[in-house]
Amino acid sequence: MRRGHVLLFLAWVSILFYSGIWIFMSGFLLMRIELNNQSSCADLPSSGPQGPLQQHPGTCWLPRRFQKAVIIIIDALKYDFAKYEPGITNPKPYQNKLPVIHQLSTSQPRHARLYPFRADPPTTTMQRIKGMTTGSLPTFVDVGSNFASYAIQEDNLIHQLVENGRRVVFMGDDTWDGLFPKKFFKSYFFPSFNVKDLHTVDNGILQHLYPTRDSGDWDVIIAHFLGVDHCGHKHGPDHPETANKLAQMNQVISSLVEHLDEETLLLVAGDHGMTDTGDHGGDSEKEVMAALFLYSKSPLFSHELSKEAETVPQVNLVPTLSLLLGLPIPYSNLGAVMPDLFSWPKKESSVSAALTLASAVHINALQVGRFLHSYSLAAGDLPSDKLRDLKSLLSSLMSEYEQLISERSRGSWTESEYENRLRQHVLRVQRYLVQARAVCMESWARFHPLRMLAGCAILAATCLLCYLAAETGMALDLSCKFLLTYPLFGVVGAGALLAFGKWLSLIEWDCLSLWALVIAASQLTFFYSFRKQMQVRVRLRFRQLSLLFSGPCLILIFRCGSLFSDSFVVAEGHVAPFLLMSLLVLTIYKLHWDGRLTLPTLSPLGGDTTKLTLSTGYRKDGPILLALLGALTLCVRLSGIFHNCREETPDCHPSLFLAPLSNVKDPQLKNISYLGCIVCLVAIVYMVRKWLQHYGNLNSSSALVLYVRWGFPLIALAITCHWALSAGAEDSLARLRDLIQLALVACPRAVYGLAALGLVFLLWNPVTVFMKSSRDSDADNTVTTYSGAPGSQAELLHVIPQIYRKMQRTMKSRLRHGTDEEEENKGAAIEAYGLSSVYSAAMIVTLSLLTMVLLLLHSERITPAFLILLVEAFVILHIHSHVQNLYYAPDSSDQFSVPWYAVISWALAGTQWFYSTGHQPVFPAIHWNSAFVGFQEGHENNITPAVLVAANTFSAHILFSAGSSLLLLWPFLCETPGKKKKGKKEAEEMPLMEMRLRENPDKFAGALLQLGTKYLFIQGVQLLSCVCAAMILRRHLMVWKVFAPKFLFEAAGFTVSSVFLFLGIVLLLRVDSAVKSWFKSLILQQQR
Amino acid sequence: MDETELRKMSTGHIFGAFAVVLSVCVPVLSVDGFSFLGTHLSWLCICSLCVILVNILLLLLLKPNASSKKTSLSNKLSKLTKSCIYFVISCFLFHGIIVLYGAPLVESVAETFLFAVLLSSFTTSRCLCLLGPNFSAWVRVFSKDGALSVWDHSLQITTVCSVVGAWLGAFPIPLDWDRPWQVWPISCSLGATLGYVAGLLIAPLWIYCNRKRLTYKSR
Repeated sequence: MRRGHVLLFLAWVSILFYSGIWIFMSGFLLMRIELNNQSSCADLPSSGPQGPLQQHPGTCWLPRRFQKAVIIIIDALKYDFAKYEPGITNPKPYQNKLPVIHQLSTSQPRHARLYPFRADPPTTTMQRIKGMTTGSLPTFVDVGSNFASYAIQEDNLIHQLVENGRRVVFMGDDTWDGLFPKKFFKSYFFPSFNVKDLHTVDNGILQHLYPTRDSGDWDVIIAHFLGVDHCGHKHGPDHPETANKLAQMNQVISSLVEHLDEETLLLVAGDHGMTDTGDHGGDSEKEVMAALFLYSKSPLFSHELSKEAETVPQVNLVPTLSLLLGLPIPYSNLGAVMPDLFSWPKKESSVSAALTLASAVHINALQVGRFLHSYSLAAGDLPSDKLRDLKSLLSSLMSEYEQLISERSRGSWTESEYENRLRQHVLRVQRYLVQARAVCMESWARFHPLRMLAGCAILAATCLLCYLAAETGMALDLSCKFLLTYPLFGVVGAGALLAFGKWLSLIEWDCLSLWALVIAASQLTFFYSFRKQMQVRVRLRFRQLSLLFSGPCLILIFRCGSLFSDSFVVAEGHVAPFLLMSLLVLTIYKLHWDGRLTLPTLSPLGGDTTKLTLSTGYRKDGPILLALLGALTLCVRLSGIFHNCREETPDCHPSLFLAPLSNVKDPQLKNISYLGCIVCLVAIVYMVRKWLQHYGNLNSSSALVLYVRWGFPLIALAITCHWALSAGAEDSLARLRDLIQLALVACPRAVYGLAALGLVFLLWNPVTVFMKSSRDSDADNTVTTYSGAPGSQAELLHVIPQIYRKMQRTMKSRLRHGTDEEEENKGAAIEAYGLSSVYSAAMIVTLSLLTMVLLLLHSERITPAFLILLVEAFVILHIHSHVQNLYYAPDSSDQFSVPWYAVISWALAGTQWFYSTGHQPVFPAIHWNSAFVGFQEGHENNITPAVLVAANTFSAHILFSAGSSLLLLWPFLCETPGKKKKGKKEAEEMPLMEMRLRENPDKFAGALLQLGTKYLFIQGVQLLSCVCAAMILRRHLMVWKVFAPKFLFEAAGFTVSSVFLFLGIVLLLRVDSAVKSWFKSLILQQQR
Repeated sequence: MDETELRKMSTGHIFGAFAVVLSVCVPVLSVDGFSFLGTHLSWLCICSLCVILVNILLLLLLKPNASSKKTSLSNKLSKLTKSCIYFVISCFLFHGIIVLYGAPLVESVAETFLFAVLLSSFTTSRCLCLLGPNFSAWVRVFSKDGALSVWDHSLQITTVCSVVGAWLGAFPIPLDWDRPWQVWPISCSLGATLGYVAGLLIAPLWIYCNRKRLTYKSR
């Protein structure tokens, strides 16, 4: 079986690519090393003489200031939400909705204070919780683990609380359960993932918050509210719902304040902010700036604040809270204590307050110094010279502190002078802490250059391999030996050798490097065997090197080069369509330049082409191609309407079509958009059916055809129902709510189920050929035609059988030649409908099924984009097949190879539609909502939502890569248009269309291999340039904002593309085998 | 291969390039407040006018398609009106193409249109001068073996160069350098102009280098 080899070879190439990505990623996206050391009361990180405060028996590092604490975390509580601006006459929905904060901080300025609270990026909730409890800085790679949060291994605040015997009661976001499993004294977790649900978590907290507080059975209460964040995700901050949510929070805070005692600290904090669209995750000012509010019945601060409070870095909360609650500071903390809060005990003198602050800062500095020391022992990634500087600075500060303490006991200074010196000292220590944090921050973006290079090299070699395989094309030996055995031999050999070495502990590398070597070995064996084969059989033509500078290649080079510039990556949504249009214009112009559009009118003798140009008979294809080009450019231009924005382009407005229908306030507009979406959906279904009908694939009574006839409208109906319900769910009657919730789950699931059913039918019997045997057809050589092109179905039914009857006759004779059995049997002729488009029919059915499922995952109003996508794909295919048919005769073997420009334009269109379905390669732009389509209640596992979100994000990749085999099929389908009518007179010229593929199974397999490797090459080269850009520009200002996310999206997109390319080819081969068995059964029937 | 024809063409091209250079220099030196970047729209007008004028002058002086028979006045007039109509159509066509290529639809319509006029004057006006309003001749010239004289070749080269220049001019626009010339359509018009001038200079050289290969047969 040649087909199997092709598939395995493609799978092998994909695995090579994946390995390259993996190896590169392991060097590029690094985790910080987590230390497992824990702080404890017993080992204060100082060795010298202790300050005056540590001498009390029973105190931990610092005496306990508060017995209890209530920590309220309001997710996405932006500083703007908490800030009160009295001057505003017409406040926005989110402004001035927390008056209690303002009121407390003005009426009791020494008891309450509001701070701007600066979070470290990435501003995703799990990362923030990690930061707010461990006091360390997260690295980029943690972003991806938001779906499944792991337990925190590092020392943290919760751990310290538990270790020191405090009773911690938690309520709210269940992310905490994953991070701190079984740590809490009591806990009330509520599911956090469903961002559409504004109330479950908050109401659940409120149910337990007051009873818990009143019971007194706690030391620390932590409540994590999610409503504000979810409201931002669902409606954006500028929505009345935000006002309601904030008012509720206001109520919570004020009722907590009322019942607070002197010993309790109230802390209200936002874990991150949000952008104007309600998203977060990045590092823009709006996402980073949260609010922090502190209140206590006993005076917290030594003096009132005249201006706005200074910004507090988020990690500073950890040491502050630890010391206030009398706990050791977590081991890996990098934060600095907030100086305002350490001005106690006030009663004695201002010097004692300054001493408290000095010793708090001292302890803090010692702890950070200890952490840096043990970290530098565990990992060598912090620059040693900077560490040395920090160390000497710390020791000088320590001696200064000791000197100050000893002077205190000697009493050689006046009170105010001494206080002044203490304050100077504190400032210096604080500067040290800031420096230490900066050093860590800088170097925790450290890379493994060797691994990155290895990954890059593997990707490059795989691209080269794809290129060679694609260029050799038909000449390639498709035997098992060549395609599979050699690489497999390489893998096994290298693997065995390395495993042996490892076993003998001769090699001390990790598995990753070993795997890289194995991959390299398999590639080398392939190259070796390829070289050998080329020497024997075909010499690689050097002429092809000059093709490197032809139009398509130039466009590809432009495309890859553009990935190296951050501006071009940001503008990729405009660059890809620009290049796509340029490429197709260039192709068509070249067609004209080569004189393919003018009719050849020269005598058969002359090879003189100059004469040809004088008599300008112009082919009909010219205007058709121009019209197609116009349609294409129109599609491309229209697709720009659906673009989303990223934060780098501040003057861009996200498309209106991206917001779900439920956000539209004007009911009339809502209805109109709803109707528009339905029209687009119906148009998609109608077009697909019309196409199938045109090629006669809608006549048989097989399950698949019945499914297309009835299942498609049913799916469309379910989708429209779902849209209607989700759009109107807000203002529905309370009684119907349960029913609507049920329907909201049932409709999408019905679509999933129907689509799955369709796929099953497709795989079971993909032959949509209608067969009719008629006895008298032998005599029937004259065909009665209707004038003109067949229009209605009746005419089609009349004409198509006549065409196919003839075709069938030729087919049958060929088959007879093949089997040599049916010499005498002149019996029945067969009429077959839709045989010549049987492959594309199956592909089209699959693609339309995929389209409808993907449509459901997007917001309703993006439906027109999918319609335009299908039209654009159709236009590209038509242009391609016209060009192909003008260059090559239908039966030449060149017809079997898809040229580069077609594959490049197909890939470019895929990229273009990634952007035009409302996506951007940045994390905040991911449509998380799609995870809940059909799963309103959330998920039990993490795989389903991940699949749904991935399908939403890469829907363009899915459609274009699954449909890439149409590039091979379509030219056959559009073979010599216009000959159908002529064919009735000249019997030889019957279009065989896709049956040519069936006739040449070897060529078919070769063509599939070539197409697959070409597509993988194009995608791989783009991936390679993303990888190179990320590697070369890894110290660039924009690397974490632009290049790293682009690389991750490109890698994920490549994976999705390659998988769906593979599945598309598998489907095609399944159709092929079904057609084969169909022919067999036909022959058996004939024999009877 | 006609040497005199080539020489005639070279001088014509040098004049054309000179006109473009003048259109930049003269207003800057003579008119107050004029600058290439600041008052780009007026420069676009001036440059297009210059190029068209030079093309017409060259047509009258050099007579590249001199072989045509004597024509009556009415015939000439109809040709003239036809040419004008063609030119206007090409302006609108270029405008449409530019918008389809991604230029803003509503904002800065004047800029886009004047850029289209500039492109038309670089390409269409030369076609009209050299070939006349004869669409099939245009189609012929822009194919592989369509060039029948040095003029046809020069037309091919300059047209392709200006279009490619305009195309390349679009590339700096997304870059975040914040330069004044990155504003639409300055970089594109600059690219087109440079391409045009380069085409004018390259064409005679290329023809001269390939003079052995190029054999123009009968018309």
